[in-house]
Amino acid sequence: MSASADRLVTMANQIGRFFTPQRGADPASAIADHLEKFWDPRMRAAIMAHLAAGGAGLDGPVREAVGRLKKAKVPEKGLSA
Amino acid sequence: MSLVHEIDYGTPVSKSAETVKLTIDGNEVMVPAGTSIMRAAMDAGIQVPKLCATDSVDAFGSCRLCLVEIAGRPGTPASCTTPVAAGMVVSTQTERLKQVRKGVMELYISDHPLDCLTCAANGDCELQDMAGAVGLRDVRYGYAGKNHLKLEKDESNPYFTFDASKCIVCSRCVRACEEVQGTFALTIQGRGFDSKVSAGMLSDNFLSSECVSCGACVQACPTATLSEKSLIDIGQPEHSVVTTCAYCGVGCSFKAELRGEELVRMVPYKEGKANHGHSCVKGRFAWGYANHKERILNPMIRESIDQPWREVSWEVAIDRVASEFKRLQSKHGRLAIGGITSSRCTNEETYLVQKLVRGGFGNNNVDTCARVCHSPTGYGLKATFGTSAGTQDFDSVDQADVILIVGANPTDAHPVFASRMKKRLRAGAKLIVIDPRRTDIVRMPHIEAQYHLPLRPGTNAAILNALAHVIVTEGLANEAFVRDFCDLDAFEHWASFVSEPQNSPETVGSMAGVSPEAIRGAARLYATGGNGAIYYGLGVTEHSQGTTAVMALANLAMATGNLGRQGVGVNPLRGQNNVQGACDMGSFPHELTGYRHISDDATRTMFEKLWGVPLDNEPGLRIPNMFDAAIDGTFRGIYVQGEDILQSDPNTVHVKKALAAMECVVVQDLFLNETANYAHVFLPGSTFLEKDGTFTNAERRINRVRKVMTPKNGMADWEITLAIAKAMGFEMPYNHPSEIMDEIAALTPTFAGVSYDLLDKEGSVQWPCNEKAPTGTPIMHIGGFARGKGNFMITEYVATDEKVGPRFPLLLTTGRILSQYNVGAQTRRTDNVVWHAEDVLEIHPHDAEERGVRDGDWVKLDSRAGGTALHARITDRVAPGVVYTTFHHPETQANVVTTEFSDWATNCPEYKVTAVQVSPSNGPSDWQKDYAEQAEQSRRIATKIAAE
Repeated sequence: MSASADRLVTMANQIGRFFTPQRGADPASAIADHLEKFWDPRMRAAIMAHLAAGGAGLDGPVREAVGRLKKAKVPEKGLSA
Repeated sequence: MSLVHEIDYGTPVSKSAETVKLTIDGNEVMVPAGTSIMRAAMDAGIQVPKLCATDSVDAFGSCRLCLVEIAGRPGTPASCTTPVAAGMVVSTQTERLKQVRKGVMELYISDHPLDCLTCAANGDCELQDMAGAVGLRDVRYGYAGKNHLKLEKDESNPYFTFDASKCIVCSRCVRACEEVQGTFALTIQGRGFDSKVSAGMLSDNFLSSECVSCGACVQACPTATLSEKSLIDIGQPEHSVVTTCAYCGVGCSFKAELRGEELVRMVPYKEGKANHGHSCVKGRFAWGYANHKERILNPMIRESIDQPWREVSWEVAIDRVASEFKRLQSKHGRLAIGGITSSRCTNEETYLVQKLVRGGFGNNNVDTCARVCHSPTGYGLKATFGTSAGTQDFDSVDQADVILIVGANPTDAHPVFASRMKKRLRAGAKLIVIDPRRTDIVRMPHIEAQYHLPLRPGTNAAILNALAHVIVTEGLANEAFVRDFCDLDAFEHWASFVSEPQNSPETVGSMAGVSPEAIRGAARLYATGGNGAIYYGLGVTEHSQGTTAVMALANLAMATGNLGRQGVGVNPLRGQNNVQGACDMGSFPHELTGYRHISDDATRTMFEKLWGVPLDNEPGLRIPNMFDAAIDGTFRGIYVQGEDILQSDPNTVHVKKALAAMECVVVQDLFLNETANYAHVFLPGSTFLEKDGTFTNAERRINRVRKVMTPKNGMADWEITLAIAKAMGFEMPYNHPSEIMDEIAALTPTFAGVSYDLLDKEGSVQWPCNEKAPTGTPIMHIGGFARGKGNFMITEYVATDEKVGPRFPLLLTTGRILSQYNVGAQTRRTDNVVWHAEDVLEIHPHDAEERGVRDGDWVKLDSRAGGTALHARITDRVAPGVVYTTFHHPETQANVVTTEFSDWATNCPEYKVTAVQVSPSNGPSDWQKDYAEQAEQSRRIATKIAAE
């Protein structure tokens, strides 16, 4: 796992640890919502790529959440000007 | 223009609702019961002669000048200490009074230097005024008697002089130090004729005493005894402008007093609603940086960071910024650049930077330094209450019965508000402090915390859950409040969670290093002690569970019904002057002004229409994400306005690497700060004295900043941003910051009623300020929460990943000190360095002894992220296993040690918990030496080198 992927996994799991015990909403959907609202598309694309590569280190509900993320529209170099 | 003169009513205002009618010199006067005769007279425009009275302190009755006669009462009582009574008939000027007053003045003047013409207070001396007011023409006693005229001056304080020969021993300074500041540094030493004002012990001078240089004594002094050195040097000011301090989040109002464009002094403004005429050493005195020789006044550019700077015209510098940013976007994509707004700049300036990024750069890569301080506050309070801000005004503390301070050190970081707080505590309010360190407020003159919970750094959420456990399991919750105003299901779910055994004081206490009895006692006191008010700081937010802890505080306040009225609430103490404003103004990458998400189509469309450009609906990069993206190569250029991210952000080595990886770093600042070592363009900034605008303080108060002098760099900061925008092809046509505020108001429901006209009329307003609240909202959530029902969140404690172990067995926590501000860029360039010339490491005697460290020794401080060296200070303020330092000096670079662990919700760094080792050292580390050399090389300016 690359250093930046490692960092994103840590951050995603932290988010997961908060939302999992919350009342009502399905944790995966709350985690996905947080990622969509606060993570830049590059970060979402990177965590989705990490999941596609096996998703090592991602906690259960977080894996599910990342799987639900809408595909971020980010080309390799970022969006064109 | 003229001086702003404020009326001195002689004694404080009475808050009684009952009124009393009396007659003074034939005028009928109606005043609140409890008002002094002196104040009632002043209300009617009658100035009773006085010397020992001033309305910032209680009446004292010592000078015997304010005597009056009252019909039907014997004698000549002092009007300052005599309260009004219904039907009272008062005469302030009779033959008898005239004789007595003249006699009193004769005695004063017989022991006073007759150097009025050369005295610094000439023209602004109450003694001189009173000599005139009583018609003193002669001193029958002569001047040859025993006197104090040869007493030595105390010039030890860098900002003011104490000239004992001019002292009339009225005690105004002593009382101001006690009542206004609450430090008790001054006293009257000796008796009778030998009485004199003394700072600290007999052996002390002002500098060595406990004096905190707030200036309250100088302001209270009726003569030239205590005078600002700048006044002595320059002379009396001829005009003044009311403006707002640019230091901490208290947002004190000051009168900038000038001669021409030369600032003579900053005097706290009594009408200021945040400070009510008080000040601290920073706002009052530490403004010399504005004229410091290291201030950069010309734009500069360079091709690469190993080259010296080259001074250029504004046009060349701005063209370089625009052409480089355009090149980077063309080569690496629209998302390759971004900007950082400043919490030290005005609302209007931060608004413009985020507008430039969103509208001009075409992305949302904008963030602010609130990322690294109070971003968890915004998230946590919005989730629970519905608004990303504190709930009270500062005045609310006067009604608090129990004050709960968590992770904040108000006497150092928010000193003017701390003085209000201390006054309330001296009047009997109870105090609970949750802090790993024994901060000053835990025990100080006439104040002692009922409970100090010296928790292990990183365990805030656990301790707050334990307080909640006690409140719920002992039946102390305010069920009626919860039923009426909160989501009941959420409460029940939360109550069940906090009642679980893992949240009991017994379980948490042993893990957090706090006695269970103290946790139980503190919880009971907060829940049952009357109005409970929470004040918190970065000791709450700068953790991996910062947001969780903010929510835990909100839960506590809701569960106990401590919201929606005076004296209660959840109050973040903001670090920098405009942190609240920077957040309000849409500085975060995911939201527009007023905390509305960028993905909200209706909101975004409104901005698109007014700005005339399409906006990206995706959140941008936060500051730590920008660094990561820079190292990954997808983020290549940044515009940093008024922040020093290299010194203030965690893991300096990582930040250096990120900055070095960028192709165009643009720094706009007063000085070549640490970040500028990695910059390619330097745009000289303007000080708060040189521009118009507004700051929003920690109580949501929007205060005017007024231009008092021409920008020395040629442009106000807002004008620089406009120039960049124009060069980027995104015109933002404003002629004055008031027009920017008008646009903010048009786009932001909570600011809808705000305008410069309103601010000039009201002095200041607290948002929300709109149709429903035309003059603002001092207290939030009265009769219901902004989000509807208050929302209890589950705040499960999750230990940080930053663990101590054999290599790094101690926990480092960082903070601030009174005399310095943030990265010290301003305060290090003032005489405040006499109080704090370097960052030191506080270490417990036990830990020091184990390591063979003596007080004052050099020590190495190492963590997984990096290491530095600094001097040790041995103290039991910190618990065994905990060390503490400040981050004010670049020579130390405390953040080379801190890590990138961050808050789960906001990425706010975990500054407050770093596992470290401390070991003896013989001087600065190699890293420090290399850094200093590189910094020196980086600050070379070609034209200056050529000149030398």
